[in-house]
Amino acid sequence: MDVSLYKYLLMLGDNSMILGHRLSELCGHGPNLETDIALTNISLDLFGQVRSLFQYAAKVKGGSATEDTIAFSRTEREILNVILVEQPNEDFAHVVGRQYLYDIYHFLLLEALVGSKDETIAAIANKSLKEVKYHKRFSGEWLKRLAGGTDESQQRMQAAIDHMYPFLDELFHVTEVEEEMRAQGVGADLSVIKAECYAIIDDHFRIAGLQVPEHPPRVSKGKYGIHTEKMGFILSELQFMQRSYPNMQW
Amino acid sequence: MVIGKPHIEEKFRSILEKVSDPEIPVLTVLDLGVVREVIATGKKVDIKITPTYSGCPAMDTIAADIAMAFEAAGYTTNIELILAPAWTTDWISSEGRSKLEAYGVAAPLSESQDKRALLDGERVLKCTLCGSTNTKMISQFGSTACKALFQCQDCLEPFDYFKCLK
Repeated sequence: MDVSLYKYLLMLGDNSMILGHRLSELCGHGPNLETDIALTNISLDLFGQVRSLFQYAAKVKGGSATEDTIAFSRTEREILNVILVEQPNEDFAHVVGRQYLYDIYHFLLLEALVGSKDETIAAIANKSLKEVKYHKRFSGEWLKRLAGGTDESQQRMQAAIDHMYPFLDELFHVTEVEEEMRAQGVGADLSVIKAECYAIIDDHFRIAGLQVPEHPPRVSKGKYGIHTEKMGFILSELQFMQRSYPNMQW
Repeated sequence: MVIGKPHIEEKFRSILEKVSDPEIPVLTVLDLGVVREVIATGKKVDIKITPTYSGCPAMDTIAADIAMAFEAAGYTTNIELILAPAWTTDWISSEGRSKLEAYGVAAPLSESQDKRALLDGERVLKCTLCGSTNTKMISQFGSTACKALFQCQDCLEPFDYFKCLK
């Protein structure tokens, strides 16, 4: 099998899978009914995109691999999401802040992947892009609304981006796999996306009346499978059924 | 291949017209435009369908319903899910649009009008009950992934809007 392509697909899928899981934790706990439904809708879109990516990854891997074995049977060290998406929900401002940063990155990444030489990746990216447009509208609007709301909501929004922003940098750290995929014309050029991503986000913060956080980027190794202590809790819930009843089917 | 025009053998249309969308039962799968290709070799039929949204939970049911309808007519099926070209709301038939409106779901606006309704809060969307354009967006995300929630400010009717997807 093409190990680099397989790993690249996991990297693309794992970010959305873990963020989708974090959002699913809010089902029934959103600040109001409409927001609750919106967040779980976004979660559903992300899981749908992950299914397409993992179905393709299963084909690349061959053997008995399926989308389910890839999602539910890998161990923590084999899961390659960045640390940003593991961050807990804390409050609605944290949910919005984490989502906004990921949405802008995700949108730019998908725009680049539409031109991938790999036809399946290009098709998945094209499909997902239409959905992510709605995600970034939602998170971008809420970020402005919270920042321009009461003193309390403004402080919370600022605190949330102060916390989340330093994790953004990891998305642009280029691993060997990503470099290889870029060179083959399959993957995206992260250095191009990086400049654009920071420009959009910093500009949006200024418009919203938020301070661009000055904290230096955090050094994190999620893309190499090294996670925070939060990851174990996420996986114990995400993989519970398959761990307890291996190979169960709905 | 002409993008947007599905390749469906004429004799199979009557079978597909009996299969409805599980979440919007007034629409058939043909109205929705998710069936992209139906080609038969003897009694074996190859069918290609495409999802509306990636995470649409109705897709598995739609595939199963199509398979059942064809089996009832004496065929065996091979159903493939394809992602390209990606589905767009432009593929909803004009008949489908009228059925949606009659059902109480506002049909998708053009891309630019959709943006004005969802982003700028402009009152361009007509209430499905009384026809007033004095309507307000309640949430960009509605009861399913493909819909947003609106309310009429005149007759107070809350209603779904099928979002434009391009």
